Amino acid sequence: MDLINQPLPWYVAGPLIAITMLLLILVGKNFGMSSNLRTICTALGANKTCDFFCFDWKGQRWNLLVVFGAIIGGGIAFNYMSGGNAPEISQEIINELKTLGFESAGNSYLPVELFGKGVFSSVKGIFILLIGGILVGFGARYAGGCTSGHAISGLSNLQLPSLIAVIGFFIGGLAMVHLIFPLIF
Amino acid sequence: MKSIVYLVIGIFFGMVMLKSEAASWFRIYEMFQFKSFHMYGIIGSALALGVVFIQLIKRFKIKTFNGEQIHFSDKNKSIYRYLFGGVVFGLGWALAGACPGPMFTLLGAGFLPIIIVIVGALLGTWIYGLLKDKLPH
Repeated sequence: MDLINQPLPWYVAGPLIAITMLLLILVGKNFGMSSNLRTICTALGANKTCDFFCFDWKGQRWNLLVVFGAIIGGGIAFNYMSGGNAPEISQEIINELKTLGFESAGNSYLPVELFGKGVFSSVKGIFILLIGGILVGFGARYAGGCTSGHAISGLSNLQLPSLIAVIGFFIGGLAMVHLIFPLIF
Repeated sequence: MKSIVYLVIGIFFGMVMLKSEAASWFRIYEMFQFKSFHMYGIIGSALALGVVFIQLIKRFKIKTFNGEQIHFSDKNKSIYRYLFGGVVFGLGWALAGACPGPMFTLLGAGFLPIIIVIVGALLGTWIYGLLKDKLPH
């Protein structure tokens, strides 16, 4: 019973993600979350602005249901399975983050400095989250997939383009954390 | 009926994302600092098993639950779009600490500021659609 309140170790989480992909393949679909962003854009009317959004978005209803499920799953895990506990990151990382101004490191699931309610009144905070989101949305569509579509689905199918994309993910991520973070935090 | 299947798969995925801490900004930061094996273990073990699943499906011509053939289409060959797109995605992934699955999971968990990230991601997708023909692919 105590088990559901523990964080999932990597060797359980990874296989469960692979099973998510397998289930979607076995129901005749595929595992890729970022296509939902395009679907939502079209549903909101982006098809009036350019051809890229002219497709039958209702054919993607199944994936919207998956993402709606992911919202519910997040709520269940957070509220009933102690999903909001602080990850056990190393003391070294905690100290490093504190020098960058992340006092909540080691005490919360997400940094309060970026995801606490106070961020709504911080221009810098809103800016960081908005830019982060824009880069994720733009990059995922440009690359034709995100972590699920390329790093899991594409690499599982031994696709070279997905390997190039994942190498890109890491170049971008490393540049952000090592070169840009010291400038903005 | 099928709707429920998709919903349940999504719920399962959302729970895994939150409970594995793959939806935590701190875990993403730690990954890009190479200070912990956690995220690499998650992606690596998902991949190892994923390769086996797909090979088994191909080798034994396994069909969907409905008895349909399973097709795996190869991705178009190119370097530019995957590399440039990938780098842009990586910059955002590290900054917002969330990729397109977990950002919805975090919304469900009640972290309301993630709405700003989701709005940004929709805007970014839209901007890509507007600029698509001008970008090298």
